Amino acid sequence: MSDCPSEGRRGFLKGVLASTATAAAVTTLKPVLGTALADQAETAEATFEGREFAFVVDIDKCIGCGKCVQACTLENQVPKGSNRTWVERYVGTEEGVYVDALADADTGLGPLDDALRDQAKWAAFVPKLCNHCENAPCVQVCPVGATFNAPGGFVLVDPEHCIGCGYCVQACPYGVRFLNPETHMADKCTWCYHRVAKGLDPACVTVCPTQARLFGDLKQEDSPVAKAFVADQWRELKPEMHTHCRVYYLGLHREVV
Amino acid sequence: MYPNQSLVNFVFPNNLHIEWSLMIVIYPYITGLVAGAFAVSALYHVFHVKEFEGIARFALVASFCFGLFAGLPLLVHLGQPLRAFNIFFTPHLTSAMSIFGYVYSSYMIVLMIELWLVYREYFIQQAQESTGWPRVIWKTLSLGVMEYTPQAAAVDHRVTTFLAAIGIPWAFTLHGYVGFIFGTVKANAWWATPLQPIIFLMSALVSGIAMLLLLYSFVRWRTHRPYDFPMIKRLMTYLWSLFIIDLVLEMLEVFYVMYEHGQHWAVIGPLLSGPLHGSYVVGQLMILSGIPLLILSYVVLSKSWGRPLLYLSNLASLLVVLQVLFMRYNVVIGGQMISKSERGFAPFHFEILAKEGVLSALLILAGPFVAYYVLSKIIPIFDDLPVKPKASES
Repeated sequence: MSDCPSEGRRGFLKGVLASTATAAAVTTLKPVLGTALADQAETAEATFEGREFAFVVDIDKCIGCGKCVQACTLENQVPKGSNRTWVERYVGTEEGVYVDALADADTGLGPLDDALRDQAKWAAFVPKLCNHCENAPCVQVCPVGATFNAPGGFVLVDPEHCIGCGYCVQACPYGVRFLNPETHMADKCTWCYHRVAKGLDPACVTVCPTQARLFGDLKQEDSPVAKAFVADQWRELKPEMHTHCRVYYLGLHREVV
Repeated sequence: MYPNQSLVNFVFPNNLHIEWSLMIVIYPYITGLVAGAFAVSALYHVFHVKEFEGIARFALVASFCFGLFAGLPLLVHLGQPLRAFNIFFTPHLTSAMSIFGYVYSSYMIVLMIELWLVYREYFIQQAQESTGWPRVIWKTLSLGVMEYTPQAAAVDHRVTTFLAAIGIPWAFTLHGYVGFIFGTVKANAWWATPLQPIIFLMSALVSGIAMLLLLYSFVRWRTHRPYDFPMIKRLMTYLWSLFIIDLVLEMLEVFYVMYEHGQHWAVIGPLLSGPLHGSYVVGQLMILSGIPLLILSYVVLSKSWGRPLLYLSNLASLLVVLQVLFMRYNVVIGGQMISKSERGFAPFHFEILAKEGVLSALLILAGPFVAYYVLSKIIPIFDDLPVKPKASES
C-alpha cells in the first residue's frame, strides 16, 4: 500500500469514525467518544489489511425503486444536486438508446414515454456508484494525496487534506465524484466505510429489496461477491480505461457506459 | 445531434455542473502571457535580436506583472484556499499538479532576480541621489550596495543572460505543464492528446507577443512617444510565424481525430457541431484565426510601415489575444461539457457576480495592468520614459 502511509491515514480513519459518531453526540462527549472510536478505527484498519472488498451489481435484479439512492442520501447527508449513487434507466430501440437517471431521492423516476415503451427492444436499470478502482485515476492526480487507496480496497477522500481543486472530478471516467457544495471538498461514495468498519453492509446494500446490490470480501469464499466473481460472468464499466474497478456488474448490456 | 446514438441528451447527474469554471479558463491564459512576454525579453538577452533591445526590459516587467497574478485564479477556484500551500508541504508526486507550486514559485524567483539585476544600477543611482526615507528604501532595494562598477556591470550582464537562458525552459515548463494537466486526462476525449502541452505552449507565445504589442502601443500612445517600427515589424514576423505553427498544431489535433474517426470523434464531432460550434468553429477558427492570419500575412509580406503597420498590427494582435482566450475557453469549458456518460453535453452558464464569475475574472485580468501602471511610477520601463524628468529636461 504505497499510497497509504499508515500514520497519516490512521489519523484520518480516526477522524472519519469520530465525525460519524459525533454527528449525533454532544460536543463535550467528543473527546471520549473520539478516543473510543479511534481505537475501533485502528482495529478496523488492522482487520481490513489483507482483505479485498468488492461490490456486485446484478442488473437483472434491479427494479429501479430508488431505495438505494434514498438510503445513501440519508446515511451520508448527500447535498441535493449531488450524487454518491444513482440508477440509470436504459431503453434500447432500433433508432438508438434512451437513457435517463434516478438521481433525486425525492422524485424518483417518472413513467416512461408511451411511444418509447412501444419501440423498446430491451430495458435495464443500472445502479452506479464509485468503482473504488485499484488503479484509480483520482488517486493518481490528487496533488496533495488527500484521495488514497485504503486497506481493504476502499478509495477514500481525507477531509483533513482535500484542497478542493477538482482535479479528481475531472480525472474520474465514471462521473462519480463531485465537489460538495457544503464542505467545498471532493466527495463520493465510500461504500459506507463507517458502516463496514462496524461490520455492517453499505446502506444501499442493506435497503435493496431485491439484492441487486451485494457487498463482501472476495477473500471469503462463501461471500456472495466471491461467488459472483468466481462465476466470471461479470463486467466492469469502461474497461478500456484500465482502472481495474472493484464494482462488478452482472448482466450488463453492451450499451451501458 | 447527440453522441453515441443516444435518443436523448443524457448527462451523468454529477456532470450537470461544470466544476472548472472561468478561473481555470483565465489561469492558463495569464500563464501564457507570462511565458510569451518572457520569450520576447529572452530573444534579446539570449539570442541578441537587436530590434527587441528597446522592449526587452518592458517585456520583462510585463511578464513579471502577469506572473504576479498567474496563481490568483487558482486560489480563488480552490474549495479550501487556506490549504493552498499544502501543494508545497505535502505534494503527492504521482500528480502532475503537485509540481505547480515549485515550478511557479521558482520561475517567479528567476524572474525577480533577473528583474532586480536589470534594475540594480537604477536602484544604486537612486540611493546615491536621494535622502531620508526614500534613500533607505532604495538602499534596501540595492541591498546596501552604493556603487556600480564596470566589473559589476559585466557580471550582471552575464548573470542576466544566464537567467534569461534558463528562464526560457522554465517559462515553457510553467505553461507546457498546464497543457500536460489537460492532455493527460484520459477520461476526457477533448483534452486527451499528447499535442496539448505544445499547443498550449505555442498559444502562450502568440498571446504573450500580441499582448505585449497592445500594451506597448497603448503606453506609447498615452505618453506621446514615437513608435519603434522596425521592432513592431520584427515582433509581427515572430507573431505571424508562431501563430502559423500554433494553428497548424490546433488543426492537426482536430483533423487527426476527425479522420481517425474513432471513439474520440464519436463525442468530439457532435461537440464541435453542437455546443461549441459558435465559440470554436465560428469564433476561434473562422473569425479569430482566419482574419489575423490574413492581416499578419499582409503586414509581414508587404512593405507596410508607419501608421498602417501600427494599426494593422494592433488589430491583428487584439484578435490573436481573443483567439487564445477563446481557445482556453473552448478547451477548459468545452471538455467539461462532454459528460462522462459519453451520451450528452452539459450546458455552461456564465455567472456575473459569482465567486468564479465574469466580474472576478475581469478583475483578475485587470490586475497585471494595474501592477504595470504602479511599477511604471517607480521604475523607468522605457529609456525615453523616465519616472522623473531629468534635470536637463525640466
